[in-house]
Amino acid sequence: MADYDYAKLGLKAGIEIHQQLDTREKLFCHCPTVLRDAEEHNAEFFRYLRATVSEMGEIDRAAREEMMVMRPFTYYAYDTTCLVENDEEPPAPLNPEALALSLTIARMMGMTPVEQVHVMRKLVIDGSNTSGFQRTGMVALNGSLPTGERIESICLEEEAAQRIEDQLFSLDRLGIPLAEITTAPDMHTPEAVKAVAAYIGMLLRSTMQVKRGIGTIRQDVNVSIREGARVEIKGVQELRLIDEVVRREVQRQVNLLAIRDELLARHASVDEETHDVTALFTETGSAILKRAKTIHAVCLRGYAGLVGREIQPGRRLGSEMSDYAKKCGVGGLFHTDELPAYGVTEAEAASLKKAVGAGPNDCVVLVADARKKVVCAIAQVRRRADMARDGVPEETRKMLEEGSSAYMRPLPGAARMYPETDVLPVTVTDAYYDALVLPELLSDKADRYVRDMGLDASIARQMVYSRQCQLFDEAVSRGVKSTLAAHTLLGTLKELSRDSADVAAVPGEALVDLLLRVEAGTVAKEAIPPVIRALSEGQDIDTAINAVAPSVSREEVRAIICKTIAEREAFVREQGMRAVGPLMGVVMKELRGRADGKVISELLKEEVGRIA
Amino acid sequence: MESGTRVTCRYAGTDQTATYITDRDGMAVIKLNSGYNIGVDPACLTVVALPERAEAVGVTVEQDPSLPQLSIISTGGTIASRVDYRTGAVTSQFTADDIMRAIPGLADIAQFRSEVLASILSENMTPAIWQTLAKSIFTEIKNGAEGVIVTHGTDTMAYSAAAVSFMLDTPVPVVFVGSQRSADRPSSDNVMNGLASAAAATSDLGEVAVVMHASTNDDACAIHRGTRVRKMHTSRRDAFQSIGQAPIGTVAYPSLDVSLTKDAVRRRPETEPVLSPKLEEKVGLSTFYPGMHPDLIRAFEGYRGLVVSGTGLGHTSAPVIEALRSLTDAGTVVVMTSQCLSGRVCDRVYDTGRDLLAAGVVEGDEMLPEVAYVKLMWVLGQTTDTEEAARLMTTSLRGEFGRCL
Repeated sequence: MADYDYAKLGLKAGIEIHQQLDTREKLFCHCPTVLRDAEEHNAEFFRYLRATVSEMGEIDRAAREEMMVMRPFTYYAYDTTCLVENDEEPPAPLNPEALALSLTIARMMGMTPVEQVHVMRKLVIDGSNTSGFQRTGMVALNGSLPTGERIESICLEEEAAQRIEDQLFSLDRLGIPLAEITTAPDMHTPEAVKAVAAYIGMLLRSTMQVKRGIGTIRQDVNVSIREGARVEIKGVQELRLIDEVVRREVQRQVNLLAIRDELLARHASVDEETHDVTALFTETGSAILKRAKTIHAVCLRGYAGLVGREIQPGRRLGSEMSDYAKKCGVGGLFHTDELPAYGVTEAEAASLKKAVGAGPNDCVVLVADARKKVVCAIAQVRRRADMARDGVPEETRKMLEEGSSAYMRPLPGAARMYPETDVLPVTVTDAYYDALVLPELLSDKADRYVRDMGLDASIARQMVYSRQCQLFDEAVSRGVKSTLAAHTLLGTLKELSRDSADVAAVPGEALVDLLLRVEAGTVAKEAIPPVIRALSEGQDIDTAINAVAPSVSREEVRAIICKTIAEREAFVREQGMRAVGPLMGVVMKELRGRADGKVISELLKEEVGRIA
Repeated sequence: MESGTRVTCRYAGTDQTATYITDRDGMAVIKLNSGYNIGVDPACLTVVALPERAEAVGVTVEQDPSLPQLSIISTGGTIASRVDYRTGAVTSQFTADDIMRAIPGLADIAQFRSEVLASILSENMTPAIWQTLAKSIFTEIKNGAEGVIVTHGTDTMAYSAAAVSFMLDTPVPVVFVGSQRSADRPSSDNVMNGLASAAAATSDLGEVAVVMHASTNDDACAIHRGTRVRKMHTSRRDAFQSIGQAPIGTVAYPSLDVSLTKDAVRRRPETEPVLSPKLEEKVGLSTFYPGMHPDLIRAFEGYRGLVVSGTGLGHTSAPVIEALRSLTDAGTVVVMTSQCLSGRVCDRVYDTGRDLLAAGVVEGDEMLPEVAYVKLMWVLGQTTDTEEAARLMTTSLRGEFGRCL
């Protein structure tokens, strides 16, 4: 894709980072923060949700759209979930561990804590929250990053239930604490967005108390360009895609604005009239149309060629209209920019155009399904077609694979938040905030490893981002050489796990113990991999060492060396000290890691020297 | 400062514009433009503008005159409430219009009259309000209501349902309903319970009932007899259970199909309601427990009636029996029930029981302790004769013994 001049386009972007916190308990109950296999569920139930009406008699616009089709939501419960997740028991007080952690993160970014944290209910009726709202509280305001971007706020909120499929949700994830970090719209290039996301991600990991793995950190990206609109793209799970998401959204808005200009130049309009064209398709080759109870069509005057125009890789204006229509429960739509296709013939397309009185500049959109859904869907198509003449609608979108996005719902209004009266406010004193211990940033830590331990910069970086980093620190502090610790914890463990060893089952304490024995010379360095494998199979460290690498005394090593030399006496006499290299391999093989290479080499030189 | 006032607050180095909500713990609660409330030092606030007066939206809901006429009597239970997103306040709404707006679908079931009888938390319910309530229901039925819905807080709903069961002999359904989750929540059980109560109130039922969720699912409500129902959980939707017998019916959701068991009392269109609202308020309810000091029983001296929630088959310790004997000797009617809740009292199996009978204690059969308490108030309101009171207490009047009617 051709890169744009983002400064000229007036790109403004901000991000919201949602990070799962690795606390012992959930945010508003005492359940553990563990994820489960859906098959392990021990109960299920189902509910309906409905938007509640505000004092002004209004229903929040995002909530209303989610209500267009009333569906029962089914939930899986586990022996690690409770009545709070089921919305059958009031919430417990705000988890103090999660609050402390979110405030620690706030302090790392120089933010001001809220004097008194009030938990709110944010209306969410897509089924992912059993209560119909997400509990969330603002904990700190106004911070900044070293690169100058401002952080607007940190909120502490509960994670939603995981969608298993359609209207089926799993309650294991519901209630895991999430820190939501919102930046100001201070980024002006796609690369800057990615850099800020990466920095905040590093900062979060520095606490060593955040969840790791796919889905544990999610970014929402807010993008707008001049004359465009603020669009929120939700759920970007991979850092590598963030800049691409921004680029593609800019592309989409640029193209939508171009379409707008052309529509205005053509004096485009949307017909008020809906045509029932069911009869036209009774003999069609399109299975969808032939099956449909009702087919309605609407004529978009002056829209020809634009509905089918690509606005983003794999996405057309027609795709946007289709997303709006799908809110009514239909599968999608057809439009004449893409016909003939899908079993619809040239002749059928022509008779369709004729039936609705469409000219060459017009595009006809049709929807096929049960009558009620079709009426709803055509109204949505009309709405989206009208919006196209205004340019870019403000909306919430979801990311598709590789960075394009699809419409989800309107941007929620501010009218969706009200107090969670079941949770008492929590006061944050200055003394409490100032006493929070700030962790060392991983970037600083990596620098320190290079500076103080002489680790290679890339190894140091790998180490600080590794799950083994705390173990590394412990091993080094107890006297293990940093290179040995890094090599074992990064390289050896990875190789073993590739070789199907369950390295996660090895207790950290045993690993440190093993490395200390290597440093002390009682276990050979070469024995590390087989010993770890034995540990991974559940053996204790002494059994593992005895089984794999019973220590061999210096005299036994010497005996084996003498025997080896004796068998190859001619070769040794001929080669002299040059024989040490080849013999080293033979002796090592014989000892299979039971003796330290340095000792073997030393003795070998001694014995060869005797003969040569 | 008035709620809704627009303010700015110099906070964290920037001026936050916000809406003032209230003062709490010496802090000002303000709503930021993002919708979040935070607590701040009141000294930081500067008033920008006074609250806007929002026009109350008063949409009238069309009532269909061809549908059955129901009455909704509210005692403060929030079958319908709404949230002010500016201030976060949850307000209850009680006019028929409000309720029908809050529970879409009601207008398809019946036409409604509504009355606000009280606006209290159900833990503050009193026998005096039961009497007013029974009279109101009686009047509504006399005035042609084909069914009455009483919205009620859940804490004491079972007591009220039992009280009305005794005070009012009704030929049409009188349905108590409430919600375990507050009505401002999208997940509230209020809509399903509300619709199910209206369906039950238009059904063939002819007695006092409680209609609430049958399980944690949004699939059916149970119809419980007013004298056999008890709140068995502090928070679950299906907290209300019929004890010792199946519910007398169910209302399916979302179809709202009502099915009644053969035990349910049927509607009697030609019969006039009978109101007997007198209650004797000097009646107590006491739970026996190991180590209970008999003085606690003696504290009921001068009471006309006392229900004891005893152990097992209906027992207390020997010292408590002595205290009970002095009460009965002084003319107090003492009725024994069991804290087991499920099962029948029988004081003829063990010596302790026989001693209690000898002390003049009346066996409460299978009555729930709370139902026996309410019934004893009513019985002693009808008669001053202790023999007659004892006879009525051992006679099933409204299905309170769990046997078929």
